[in-house]
Amino acid sequence: MLLAVTWIRAAAQYPLSMAMLTIGSFVVTGLDIAVILIIFSHTGSLGGFTLPEVMFLYGTSGVSFAVADMLFGNVDKLSQHVKSGTFDAMLIRPVSPFVQMAVDRFTFQRFGRTAQAATVLIIALTRLDMPWQRAWMIPLMVLCGIVLITAVWTLGGAIQFILTDAPEIANAFTYGGGQLTQYPLSVYGNDLVRAATFIVPLAFVNWQPGLFVLDRPDPLGLPYWLRFLGPVAALALACVAAFAWRAGLRRYRSTGS
Amino acid sequence: MIELDGVGRSFTVRHKTGWLRRGTRLVHAVRDLSFEVAAGEFVGYLGPNGAGKSTTIKMLTGILTPTSGRIQVAGLDPSRRRTALARRIGVVFGQRTTLWWDLPLKDSFTLIRHLYKVDPVDHRKRLAELCDVLDLGGFLDKPVRQLSLGQRMRGDIAAALLHDPPVLVLDEPTIGLDVVSKAAVRGFLRGLNAERGTTVLLTTHDLGDIERLCRRVMLIDHGSLAFDGTVEQLKATAPDETSIEDVVTRLYTRPVQ
Repeated sequence: MLLAVTWIRAAAQYPLSMAMLTIGSFVVTGLDIAVILIIFSHTGSLGGFTLPEVMFLYGTSGVSFAVADMLFGNVDKLSQHVKSGTFDAMLIRPVSPFVQMAVDRFTFQRFGRTAQAATVLIIALTRLDMPWQRAWMIPLMVLCGIVLITAVWTLGGAIQFILTDAPEIANAFTYGGGQLTQYPLSVYGNDLVRAATFIVPLAFVNWQPGLFVLDRPDPLGLPYWLRFLGPVAALALACVAAFAWRAGLRRYRSTGS
Repeated sequence: MIELDGVGRSFTVRHKTGWLRRGTRLVHAVRDLSFEVAAGEFVGYLGPNGAGKSTTIKMLTGILTPTSGRIQVAGLDPSRRRTALARRIGVVFGQRTTLWWDLPLKDSFTLIRHLYKVDPVDHRKRLAELCDVLDLGGFLDKPVRQLSLGQRMRGDIAAALLHDPPVLVLDEPTIGLDVVSKAAVRGFLRGLNAERGTTVLLTTHDLGDIERLCRRVMLIDHGSLAFDGTVEQLKATAPDETSIEDVVTRLYTRPVQ
């Protein structure tokens, strides 16, 4: 935690740059929502969902993704740390390298994205005609989403212990997964949705619990109880990720000298 | 303090054998290495490049997991209890810093205090001592990247000792230093060992380090121990040679049994 504060302080030595970067990331991610608005200016629904509903799905996935990115997005820089030898330095400290890596160069600009996603979510909630007794699912799904995305990231990091030269493989799942869940999964092909449900359980970030909050039938006809499986999926994936990380650490080869 | 029993570490190395075919080869960096270092000893660890010195150091600090054998450092198995061991051991890598490149030395020390959870009063006292003995006062406010090699090395040594560990392991602490800086580092290490009783193990290519500091010398070659004894005994292995350089050259170049 204190590591993070120190990094913010280091970045705060250039206050203008810090403010610009924060605003920049707010604006750039704002373009995502502009795309959604443009699509809806041509059509009334997307994958069977209205504009506020799509914004709701975008907002929940966006907040999960942005918070996970803010806290643990650095974990996928593992291969850089391994190559430059800084990973060795982390291993001689009494704190897990996972935590050290997560807060390394922690910067304030990462709040920009979270703020943007949260804004979209709040706008969506005010315009959404949904059963309010189901709102309890929203904080739960965001939390599970954070755990799921962090777990995918950790898996991506763990893969880099073996494939030091291929950090991009992990990006396909982390950033790719983030993009995937921005739209209702019903716009994608059935096989992709099944893969995202059962293999890399990203559908539980916002899609399945979102269907519950919006009280919609599953366009793919998957069972109703899947909607409550978010915490189970999050826990399972987190365990897999933790195991992979430990296995990777034992296999770590360091660099020369 | 340090015990190794039949320790080995091998790496599988991939190499090209054809256009697309890759062969794998098992390389033994260290094989069947056994030695003991008692509390309060000052031991030099010699060996030609690629002999397995750094691999040994990395196994002692828990960075690498040995493929065979058993290690105990300060009563702990390094690879299993790495974070617990970190509180009882100080590590310095001469070739690369363990400090944070962009932070002032002072901030690095504060971070280390939090990482190791050192009591603020103890920390201040210890830092004042180290600043005094290692003469750090002049560059505490400078970012680490702006320090000269000699200043950085003294900073690194101070950082490794802030939590007052009973064991200090140094991998080439005098590499690239001028005679004055070398003398400062050597004087400090000698004092540390004599006054605080800290156990010191250092690797080096500088035989001046060995002659001036180490009561005991271990020599590793092709991954196994080739000599273990006092500096006098080392010289006695080749009575007709006049300088320690010639003695060691003879040991390095003799045919492998």
